[in-house]
Amino acid sequence: MNAALIIILAVIILSAVVGIIAGRKLKMNLENWTVGGRRFGVVIIWLLMAGEIYTTFTFLGASGWAYSKGAPAFYILIYGALAYTLSFFILPELWKIGKKYGLHTQPDYFIKRYDSRLLGVLVALIGVFSIIPYLQLQLAGLGLIVEVASNGTIRSAYAIGIAFILTCAFVFTSGIRGAAWVAIIKDVLMIAAVFIVGFGVPSIYFGGVGKMFDILIEKMPQHLTFPGATTHMDSLWVMSTILLTALGFYMWPHVFGSAFSAKSAEVIKRNAIIMPFYQIPILLIFMVGFTALLVLPGLENGDMAFLSLVNKTYPSWFLGFVGAAGAVTAMVPAAILVLFASTLISKNVYQSGINPHASEDTVMRLSRFMVLVIMTFSLLFAIFLPNELVNLLILGYDGVCQFFPGVVLGLFWKRVTKQGVLAGILVGTGFVVFLILSRNDPFMGMNAGFAGLLINMIVTIAGSLLTKPVIQRA
Amino acid sequence: MRRFGMSKGKKYALMLGAIPFVMLVFALPLVNRIHPVIFGLPFILFWILAWVMLTPFILLVAYRLEKKYRPNEGEEE
Repeated sequence: MNAALIIILAVIILSAVVGIIAGRKLKMNLENWTVGGRRFGVVIIWLLMAGEIYTTFTFLGASGWAYSKGAPAFYILIYGALAYTLSFFILPELWKIGKKYGLHTQPDYFIKRYDSRLLGVLVALIGVFSIIPYLQLQLAGLGLIVEVASNGTIRSAYAIGIAFILTCAFVFTSGIRGAAWVAIIKDVLMIAAVFIVGFGVPSIYFGGVGKMFDILIEKMPQHLTFPGATTHMDSLWVMSTILLTALGFYMWPHVFGSAFSAKSAEVIKRNAIIMPFYQIPILLIFMVGFTALLVLPGLENGDMAFLSLVNKTYPSWFLGFVGAAGAVTAMVPAAILVLFASTLISKNVYQSGINPHASEDTVMRLSRFMVLVIMTFSLLFAIFLPNELVNLLILGYDGVCQFFPGVVLGLFWKRVTKQGVLAGILVGTGFVVFLILSRNDPFMGMNAGFAGLLINMIVTIAGSLLTKPVIQRA
Repeated sequence: MRRFGMSKGKKYALMLGAIPFVMLVFALPLVNRIHPVIFGLPFILFWILAWVMLTPFILLVAYRLEKKYRPNEGEEE
């Protein structure tokens, strides 16, 4: 047992214990499980949202892209700020509807707004299929982090297995509240690690961030403007990817659902204002990627840049600390993702689609069971089909951003109809799948998902104008 | 659903909300350059960071304007 190993194990076990304690006194029903009884104030919403936003992707993917692709990585710094700007206008309206009708999930909203269970089931299925790669990404990232941080003494598959059991345990007992509590530990560790390493490595090797950039500008200036080290990620790709991810951000079923857990629309609005400050750590993570490019050129896998540089620079106990932070950074989003994916299946595929007379108890029991099923699937994918991290994530975005026209037009345009939304989602999703399978991504210089979203928007509007809206009973 | 009444405050707020999109998406091809280097950062990275950090202040102004022209907003729930 080395120091790094002890730190990692202690932190993830402590996290699971905190998560389990979080729900000890609550009677678990769907309302408590998915939206925490709609009682979260500014602080806990802040923690929960930060918990969702800073994932293993932030650690590994952002530094990996800065390392291997260069400037196109900057999209990661931008899209969050734009997503929060959108959320300032959209989420408070959404929250009011959620409160009024007691909605728990994203498909609940579609069912209520468009009076269509079919649409709800479709949205639930696309949501689950988009969540699974995201969940896989968390588990694969966690395995990688723990394996490197423990110097290979814990094999990736075992690390994923241990985290799997602990995460399932606190999701089972405490639902969303468990995730929010563990997010406290996670945010503190993650932000500390990023600040120490992000300011540390450029200073240690070059005497400061500015000096590091001086050398980078002299040695490889092409790395620092679009398309960076790539050939296909020019300005148009970056712009379309930013729009895709900014619009898709709150369309993720779990992020959408977390908005319902706030105490009031006001809490959400205030939160949206301070959110863009969360982007600062991403800048620091880029610094780590760029420093690694100069200090450790030629790494086979760019996603390893962060960990390899920490390993080279710091003592092993600090690597353990980074590993622990990374592991919890995977567990929190994984918990939230699996919680919402399982609720989508039990409430919106099973109850809405197959058996409308199922009792709430049955739905709750099925949700808990689905946690195991979905985690097991993602676990197997993560162990047997690991992939480059960012690619997986963008694939998920291609799916969820197709909900954007239905959600936003539904809030602000009376004329939109279920036929229009249904046709838009089907055509948009079909088009994206076609582009990706026929290897046409990027399409005319644009991100394929964004091309799909444009078509979806046109079809939704045209379809709505051709059909009659349902009479609102609001 | 609630009627989307375009109050004066909402209109100003939406106009303000468009600024980050213009600066951080549509202006990108124009600022895709290294020089001048500012605070040690290549120009494009400085540009992005500056507008990301200005966004909360833009939203704060939007929030104040909404409140000013519709002071009862908070009591709607």
